[in-house]
Amino acid sequence: MSESRRAASAAVLPSARPRQRVRRPNYTLSALVAVAFLVVFVIPFAFIALTAFKGQQEAAQLEFSLPGDWQIVENFQAVLETGDYILIIAFINSVILTVASVTFMVVLGAMVAFVLQRRTSRTTGPISFLVLSGLIIPPAVVPTIWVLQELSLFKTLFGLILVEVAFHLPFCVLLFRAFIATVPRDLDESAVIDGAGPIRLFFRVIFPLLRPVTVTVIVVQSVAVFNDFVNPLYFLPGEENATVQQTLFNFQSQFESQYNLLFMDILLITIPPLIMFLFFNRQIVAGMTSGAIKG
Amino acid sequence: MTTTLGAPENRRARKQPTRTSRGRTRAGSAAIKGAYPFGFYLPAGVVYVTLFLVPTLAAFFFSLTRWTLFDYEFIGLDNFEQFLREAALLKGLTNTLIYAVVTSGMKVVLGLLLAVLLTSQIIGRGFLRSLVFFPVLVSTIGVGITFTALMHPSEGLINSSLSVLGVDGPAWLTDPTWALLSVALVDVWKGVGLATVIYIAGVVSIPREYYEAAEVDGAGPLAQFRNITLPLARPATVTVIILSLIGGLRTFDLIWTMTGGGPGFTSDVIASVIYKQYQAGFYGLSTAGNVVLFLLVSAIVVPLFWFLNRKEAEL
Repeated sequence: MSESRRAASAAVLPSARPRQRVRRPNYTLSALVAVAFLVVFVIPFAFIALTAFKGQQEAAQLEFSLPGDWQIVENFQAVLETGDYILIIAFINSVILTVASVTFMVVLGAMVAFVLQRRTSRTTGPISFLVLSGLIIPPAVVPTIWVLQELSLFKTLFGLILVEVAFHLPFCVLLFRAFIATVPRDLDESAVIDGAGPIRLFFRVIFPLLRPVTVTVIVVQSVAVFNDFVNPLYFLPGEENATVQQTLFNFQSQFESQYNLLFMDILLITIPPLIMFLFFNRQIVAGMTSGAIKG
Repeated sequence: MTTTLGAPENRRARKQPTRTSRGRTRAGSAAIKGAYPFGFYLPAGVVYVTLFLVPTLAAFFFSLTRWTLFDYEFIGLDNFEQFLREAALLKGLTNTLIYAVVTSGMKVVLGLLLAVLLTSQIIGRGFLRSLVFFPVLVSTIGVGITFTALMHPSEGLINSSLSVLGVDGPAWLTDPTWALLSVALVDVWKGVGLATVIYIAGVVSIPREYYEAAEVDGAGPLAQFRNITLPLARPATVTVIILSLIGGLRTFDLIWTMTGGGPGFTSDVIASVIYKQYQAGFYGLSTAGNVVLFLLVSAIVVPLFWFLNRKEAEL
């Protein structure tokens, strides 16, 4: 599998394009592909934007057309004001959830991966097994609620943060472990000889070197947590602490006849991943393919 | 993965022959071991064990009970029996299998085709790659709502375009025979980008020389695809199949947004059954659903993982 993994990182870097003899591009094929992609992948997004900019009656017709009168600002305000600015509260909740859980994942995941990769002992096998099981096994819902309740963390944002950490840790560990394998052990040895303890060795010497993979983990997991719908649904129910995905789901029944507001909400929720994608396209693809090929 | 792990160590081992294959000096071994304390496992371990491992194991016990979170009554295998007896629950089981097989099958075929297309000589390759991949990052709920509107039986964009072409489109989400398949199609639309990107990585790693040699021997593009691309992209295929099976078997968001398991319970999957039983307060039954899903995933993914990887080793 190593071959494809190396290739995964190669595909990500534009400089590492396959060596190909210079050929003239195939114009007919290009045109066909462009049209097909336009229909399949561009039109749905254009539909979201156009509907979000329409007036209520026009949007209800579900037509793919330019808005008769553009109501961008009006719709934007109307969505924000719905339910006492619930969307703004939800955005704040989602941001707290994402930032906190991803921070925990990065630090805890990197620590586990470091020891797991460096120290070969009888425990390495079972722990790798646990990490892999975490990737494959679907979490048991009600027993998790039961545990949270026993710890009086059920229906708290902190409880949900810990749940997200627990469910996403295995993937982080795999990404970090593969990268730490490329960091020379000589560094550890010289740091130890210079008198660094394990905490200093890890946080001062190793962790700063993990920057590329840390960026990948942060980006991939932020998108995953921000888009998560199931876990908040189960572990953080209740209107007042809704996340953005929750509000979107609730708006679906609330705005049954107000497609313009519903799609304005979708548009707003799509912006954070879009920004991530524009800036970190390469890291996202790297993380998803490399983690994927091992998983 | 093994070569990546081994590579830097081997290089050093060659330089300094006194080292053991694990790359540690014999004398410094004890000191360096102390640099990797098991204590580093502790914080992550506590979170993982209490919120993932304990619930997973507890599920096996509580699935045998009638349960209210505060109180339980042991009822043996009744919950599982009910799962197999009640049509609504059994439907969820078969639907999950159909959904997982259909989505991963389509992702393999379309992902490979798109990858071949997007590594060939066409204009705007990089942009098109981004375009296929972007839906992977968009909120599943948002995609679900958008396609619910696009798939509206009479006014939706899909059916009105089809009627212009003279085709009478199905009622998609409101037609019991089409509902599950419609959601599966949207899942493929959203997820094919990941499969494509994995396949692109696989296809790009195939040396150009093979194709050149094949061309000299007079192999056409189709023969090249069949005899070079397809077998050598095998690791990517394994990954795509395993990943999309895991995703497909536990799917919930998209089904819940688009059909809610309906019409009736024709598009229910195990994950939506789990949620419905949880909402209704049947915690024991809901947990039994979780155990069924656990067994289903292990019964499919583990042997497949073993089988596909073994085959690869033989090649």
